[in-house]
Amino acid sequence: MTTEAHVQHPNYVKIWAILVVLLVVSVLGSMTHIRDAVLIAAFGVAVIKAYLVAKNFMHVNVEKRWVPYLLVVCLLFIAILLAGVAPDVMKNSGENWNKNPSSQSAPSVAGAATKNE
Amino acid sequence: MSAGAKPIANTRSGTGIPTARLITWWVIASEIVIFGGLLASYVMHRIGHPEWAESASHTNTWAGAFNTFVLLTSSLCAVLAHKAADAHDGPRAARLLRLTALGGLIFLTVKGFEWAADFREGFVLSSGGFWSFYYTLAGLHGLHVLAGMIIMLIIASEAAKNQEMQRVECIGLYWHFVDIVWIFLFPLLYIAR
Repeated sequence: MTTEAHVQHPNYVKIWAILVVLLVVSVLGSMTHIRDAVLIAAFGVAVIKAYLVAKNFMHVNVEKRWVPYLLVVCLLFIAILLAGVAPDVMKNSGENWNKNPSSQSAPSVAGAATKNE
Repeated sequence: MSAGAKPIANTRSGTGIPTARLITWWVIASEIVIFGGLLASYVMHRIGHPEWAESASHTNTWAGAFNTFVLLTSSLCAVLAHKAADAHDGPRAARLLRLTALGGLIFLTVKGFEWAADFREGFVLSSGGFWSFYYTLAGLHGLHVLAGMIIMLIIASEAAKNQEMQRVECIGLYWHFVDIVWIFLFPLLYIAR
């Protein structure tokens, strides 16, 4: 049993070649040791690679609209998690709270996110 | 339906998406939340702990890059298997799925050597925050690779007989997702230092 084809198959080898070139770019970028170049080469390229795989290999762009909705909702959950937790994890103090003073001088201490009133 | 045919509800779906593919998307959606939560936690802690860069400098960028290449190539095999299944060429789809699984095996083998080297240097799960995230993220991803390989080989054996061909696309979707997760793990664990 099979389902009918719902996609027009593009030239997958060409897309794979682009992905490999992007991989080389990210590795070469990491060797520059210039912080901005490394970040762009690493994460900018990763986003492009993920987009290419999702669009061309997973065919998200020709899938029924429910699928992109579902995926976007899940990504939204991640954004909410980040927005809700990031201030506690990444900041040393806020309104009516600050982290353990010892953790401020040594941010590597585990449990640094514990609050003091 | 003949008496011997199996009643597979693969076309009944209010969304218009075949049921097998729809459930695969649900699995992927749940995986997005699992991996997304872990990755988000790692990014937050990594920004808050610049000294983790020293730990990250011990990871092997070349091994990570090679594994990225292997997964990208295995994804190519998976999508070519989908194309073959659409053309009702089960034996070719099966061969390509087995090649995809081989890619997974190479990935895990490289990972095994990499981890063995890390252990020899004394970097274990409890060696620090970075290593806890490193082993958790890479380990969970490795388990997904292993699960995908096992399912893929089962589906390949059916596809070789031109049976259950709709599953070829579904396991491909899952495999591409596992590839995307690695696409983000590679810069986070191996490049950002």
